[in-house]
Amino acid sequence: MSRDVVIMGAAETDIGKLPTTSTLELHVEGARRALADANLTKDQVDGIASVSVPGPVQVSHALGITPTYVDGTGVGGSSFLFHVRHATAAIKAGYADVVLVTHGESGRSRVGAPPYPRGNDSVMAQFEMPYGIVGPPTSFTVPARRFLHETDNTLEQLAEVAVAQRRWSSRNPRAMFRDEVTVDEVLGAKMIADPFTLLMCCLVTDGGGALVVASREFAEAHGSDKPLVHILGTGEAATTPLVSQMEDMTRCKQFTLSSQAAFKESGTSTADIDHLMIYDAFAHVPLYGLEDMGFVGRGESGAFVAEGHTSPGGRLPMNTNGGGMSYTHTGMYGMFAIQESVRQLRGEAAAQVDGVSTSLVLGNGGMFMSAATLILANQP
Amino acid sequence: MRTASPEISPEARFAPGATPETQPYWDATAAGRLDLPRCRRCDQVFFYPRSSCPQCGSTDLEWVTCSGRGLLHTYVVSHRPAPGFPVPTVIAVVELEEGPRMMTNIVDAEPEDLELDMPVEVRFEQRTGVAVPVFAPVTDDVSKENDEMEVAR
Repeated sequence: MSRDVVIMGAAETDIGKLPTTSTLELHVEGARRALADANLTKDQVDGIASVSVPGPVQVSHALGITPTYVDGTGVGGSSFLFHVRHATAAIKAGYADVVLVTHGESGRSRVGAPPYPRGNDSVMAQFEMPYGIVGPPTSFTVPARRFLHETDNTLEQLAEVAVAQRRWSSRNPRAMFRDEVTVDEVLGAKMIADPFTLLMCCLVTDGGGALVVASREFAEAHGSDKPLVHILGTGEAATTPLVSQMEDMTRCKQFTLSSQAAFKESGTSTADIDHLMIYDAFAHVPLYGLEDMGFVGRGESGAFVAEGHTSPGGRLPMNTNGGGMSYTHTGMYGMFAIQESVRQLRGEAAAQVDGVSTSLVLGNGGMFMSAATLILANQP
Repeated sequence: MRTASPEISPEARFAPGATPETQPYWDATAAGRLDLPRCRRCDQVFFYPRSSCPQCGSTDLEWVTCSGRGLLHTYVVSHRPAPGFPVPTVIAVVELEEGPRMMTNIVDAEPEDLELDMPVEVRFEQRTGVAVPVFAPVTDDVSKENDEMEVAR
């Protein structure tokens, strides 16, 4: 009989501008808080999962843990969803009982953080960096004009994504940007990479967080009285390290592949999802996510958001923490998307939605490079 | 007080370096050609250069010279300053006549004159030690020439 796997602990560090906290310390602080949330000690942990910087070995050593299950998957901001998926498989297989998944990134202050990759002969350096790219705002955004052109979604609807998320962040005291905005304000903000203005781009912040993934059996025997979050289904996929090499600039294949796997494993469909998190590095990403996962038809995502269906009171509340565009975005935001799903399922979110029982998290990694989907629920 | 504006020149822009498997690509751009690998088994021309065909997996490849013509597939107009580049700069993806798409800059055009699927043609921009393929809209004369050729056919 397969073991049920749950998230039994979850916590974030302080977020925002943290100029006196290192990248490693953000991981470690997140881990301590998540373990406290689960009512566990470090010695009950036998597995660690974290991205390559500073790496799972460094994080577990700093915590005083000797893991016998180690996952260093580093495929961008979606990595933490991959970690949860891999931890679920490991726990089901009996390779681990309690896996700590950690994130920390001094994305804004760059304390104890390595310089961004240098060198001029990687594939990206040869075939994309020569063209005046200054980070993701000028490259992740490139497919969007084609997407709008082919799907008949509009520029105003793209701006509506930012508007909707401010409605959520205005209810969240921890969010960095909390003032509601209008479509005109979004479109009139400082131009970054036309058609993207500053308000259609994610933040750059410092922060961390961690999750404790365990078998349901272990969690029920040893955990805190916090509600367990059940992992019903998961999926993952990866395509291209270069955004210019997407098979189709108007569809994200790994959004479709990873969500289909998660729906299949969980035996659910889009109709069963009552809360949604889609990694919003930029305003177009949630639109791709809504369409490519099948929540709406081709070309219908913009109107869906503009009509308020993802806003407070809407039928599919999405990015209810305010998202990467308004809540926080350390560089690898996926951890924060999972954290918000956990809070909503536990009933402890700042902008709590009534009656959330099944939540889907879609994580993007790199620039349409990798994706993973988690379907989580407050019942097995 | 005015500060000196940063130098805008191709030599100040990012200069890529070749690896052994991409050296023929960069040798070709230095000679004013856009060369890409073609699979001898399935005929696929592909971008970026690598040692096996991404479609069929064959390692039986040959280098072919592309026409240098393509269509503007998508773009952003970057307002973020990058060393050596003007502000704004058009960062685009072009679909080559041979099928593959590649990232590039659109040069010799005002951003407001650009339209998706407009024909573009390759130019080579000399950076420090390397020539980088960029694209410009096909001028009217050439379009007319092409139209006339179509009519002649």
